[in-house]
Amino acid sequence: MAFYVVQFLTGLASAASLFLVASGLSIIFGVTRIVNFAHGAFYMLGAFVAYTLTERLSGALGFWGGILLASLAVAVFGVLIEMILLRRIYRSPELFQLLATFGLTLMIEDLVILIWGPDDLLGRRAPGLRGAVDFFGQQVPSYDLFLIVLSPIVLGILWLLFRRTRWGVLVRAATQDRDMVAALGVNQKWLFTSVFALGVFLAAFGGALRIPRDAANHAMDLSVIVDVFVVVVIGGLGSIIGAFVAAVLVSELNAFGILIFPKISIILVFLVMAVVLIVRPWGLFGKPEAPARKTPGLTVQPWRPLSANERVAMIGVLIVAAALPLFGGTYVLTVASEIAIFVIFAASLHFLMSVGGLASFGHAAYFGLGAYGVAFLAKMAGLPMIVCLLIGPLLGLLGAAVFGFFAVQLSGVYFAMLTLAFAQIVWSIAFQWVSVTGGDNGILGVWPAAWASGAAAFYWLSLGVAVLVVAALRAMTFSPFGYALRATRDSALRSEAIGIDNKRIQWTAFVIAGTAAGIGGALFAFLKGSVFPDNVGISLSVDALVMVLLGGVETISGAIVGAIVYKALNIWLVSHTDLSKLVLGAVIVLIVVAMPKGIVGMIETLQARRGRSTKSAMLASRVESAE
Amino acid sequence: MSAAPVLLVVEGLTKSYGGVHAVRDVSFSLSAGEILALIGPNGAGKSTCFNMLNGQVTPGGGRVRLLGRDTTGEKPRAVWRLGVGRTFQITATFPTMTVRENVQVALVSHHSRLFDMWSSAPKLARDEAERLLDLVGMNGYADRPCGELAYGDLKRLELAIALANQPKLLLMDEPTAGMAPRERVELMRLTARIAREQSIGVLFTEHDMDVVFEHADRILVLNRGSLIAEGVPEEVRRDPQVRAIYLGEGLVYDARHRDGAPA
Repeated sequence: MAFYVVQFLTGLASAASLFLVASGLSIIFGVTRIVNFAHGAFYMLGAFVAYTLTERLSGALGFWGGILLASLAVAVFGVLIEMILLRRIYRSPELFQLLATFGLTLMIEDLVILIWGPDDLLGRRAPGLRGAVDFFGQQVPSYDLFLIVLSPIVLGILWLLFRRTRWGVLVRAATQDRDMVAALGVNQKWLFTSVFALGVFLAAFGGALRIPRDAANHAMDLSVIVDVFVVVVIGGLGSIIGAFVAAVLVSELNAFGILIFPKISIILVFLVMAVVLIVRPWGLFGKPEAPARKTPGLTVQPWRPLSANERVAMIGVLIVAAALPLFGGTYVLTVASEIAIFVIFAASLHFLMSVGGLASFGHAAYFGLGAYGVAFLAKMAGLPMIVCLLIGPLLGLLGAAVFGFFAVQLSGVYFAMLTLAFAQIVWSIAFQWVSVTGGDNGILGVWPAAWASGAAAFYWLSLGVAVLVVAALRAMTFSPFGYALRATRDSALRSEAIGIDNKRIQWTAFVIAGTAAGIGGALFAFLKGSVFPDNVGISLSVDALVMVLLGGVETISGAIVGAIVYKALNIWLVSHTDLSKLVLGAVIVLIVVAMPKGIVGMIETLQARRGRSTKSAMLASRVESAE
Repeated sequence: MSAAPVLLVVEGLTKSYGGVHAVRDVSFSLSAGEILALIGPNGAGKSTCFNMLNGQVTPGGGRVRLLGRDTTGEKPRAVWRLGVGRTFQITATFPTMTVRENVQVALVSHHSRLFDMWSSAPKLARDEAERLLDLVGMNGYADRPCGELAYGDLKRLELAIALANQPKLLLMDEPTAGMAPRERVELMRLTARIAREQSIGVLFTEHDMDVVFEHADRILVLNRGSLIAEGVPEEVRRDPQVRAIYLGEGLVYDARHRDGAPA
């Protein structure tokens, strides 16, 4: 019995950090409507800065002062970022905000490695709380007890701040209607900045408080952000009480889940989240949001199928691409095969997010499932390559069917957070279920059949499959189904009113996109000859997002151009610099701020402008001749 | 008119939001080819009433019978399949599509081809879409992006979309709100003409009394959630209670006044 109580207390103690970070995220979202992906990065910064300060400053005052000082320093850093970057994108579509803050996360990751080095850092124990309390024969660290007491205190302080101060009233008013608050003469800029400062302070404080318990490491930003997303989805975005209750719930589920399903404890959290989403899609303490104010698109150029000339040009490009083995060596062909595979991956995400308006932040899950599907079939069942390629992607289909069903119940940022959480669950299973997936060691020796083992042959295979998949997705974009999907994206109200079952259309699109991603993953497994949990990882999901964004999220062929440019740039960067994340993050931030239309979008805009100017010139000349 | 089949029967429709009775015990019926106006001051419950009829809001009590079927609490898409077209107070269209495509999507849905993944949608039901656009006088706009239309044109496009499933009943929530006076009269005359030709029943809410008294066969007056008057325009116009609450004493919406209206 005592054992269970101790387990319960451990759960409560880990809930403290989670609550601090989640409440910060919730407060920021409530007022600015930005889901701050970089929140995990601020949490990590808090831990590292606190490590340095507590090492330098001595004594109890030095330790506690160091923790507070670190949180304040990170909050100041957060304010700078808010003023320089976020102020520029408050009116951008949600997807861009999520991506910009993700770019920040990447940059901060590399900065942390630059400053503190690649090793994990274990901080010193908290003065006065080094020991443990004996609890019916079980030891409970006194620091854990301190954390357990701390989170209700923080909750109380936040409550007082929001109920009893003028600033708190403004924040609550802005959470309900920020435009109205601005119309009443409140300086919105500084309100947003101060809210962001508080949110970042809470995140950094959560990170700083962790160092006596766990080492500060370089993966803690992404691991915490996933947990936090799960917490706010369960508790309800914008609700601090919700963040508290859900943080405790998730931590306890983790603490006891380990006892029940030691290998895949995360399943339990997933099940609870799924139930909450079915019963209350807006979270336990959240309020059902009014349909989000539609961010106007960047362009209003309707999509159209390729003209006859463009088709011929496309075939010409394909012939050149198919001739690559004539003048490229093995390395070039391998890189080109990889690019072809990523074209499939990016095109599949594009179908979901540009055509369907559903920006998945966990699309790698279905890519990875396709790869694992092939690996299982090839290694365990010993099936021939063609059969593997045909059946393997079905695992992606299956995953997309299950997760997609829940994901399409939500939209916007909730959809993004949920898909990310699902992908992380797949990742955890791949990582933890060692007996089946090989865990971190992956599954090796997934080699293609003899006929496809040459670099040229495999390249032609990848290119052929890529052409087929892209053509199929494009045909679907212009099929009645594609139109129905775009209808659900453009106006859910209208599409429902003309007999379209929005959720069913979106679910179908999710399954199609997941299957296509699975096809890409299946080829990828054969290209690399192995499968690792990384093939399901967050960074791969974000790669796909950046490809679509770089090419142009509102164009039809943007994903293809984006995949080619991004992948080539990425391969080149990784081989030329150690700081690829820093560069990549900066590129993402730059795209969002400077060229949100992407490459293809920019070209189309220029063409349209030129077209319009020639038309007006013609008109002018006609007017002149009429005179 | 008496031989026309009854399309819509509403019995004791009720809805309250946390103690506020938005709609209280509203009953009425509507026959094919009849144009029925629902008027009343702001906050009278017109939109709530409307949204319950096509399933966007679940009624708190009462029954809605459409074409002889009990549709109380059914989803908007199910109600649409029965042959009910809907336009919105604030237009809801598909801004990234062309005008023609907006209508084509509705036609695709009407022909039950939503899950057809291989045909070419731009070619599908093209003529039919053009005919509908012709009907509402939008034929010149077919290839224009819907996102750049003027508001009055959007309202006409909505009408074309609403007519795509060959509806027996049209529900129009403030069909002319936000339009210029001249356009208002034109749109309502167009709607009335189509409705009479195809004997479609029309239920509409409206604040423009010129439009209401010109076209409505019957008028329902709603105040604070309850029906306070019902009848042909003449009766409603004379009703002292309606005058006190809504129409006021000064204006007389009669034939002379109407002819003087901008047209």
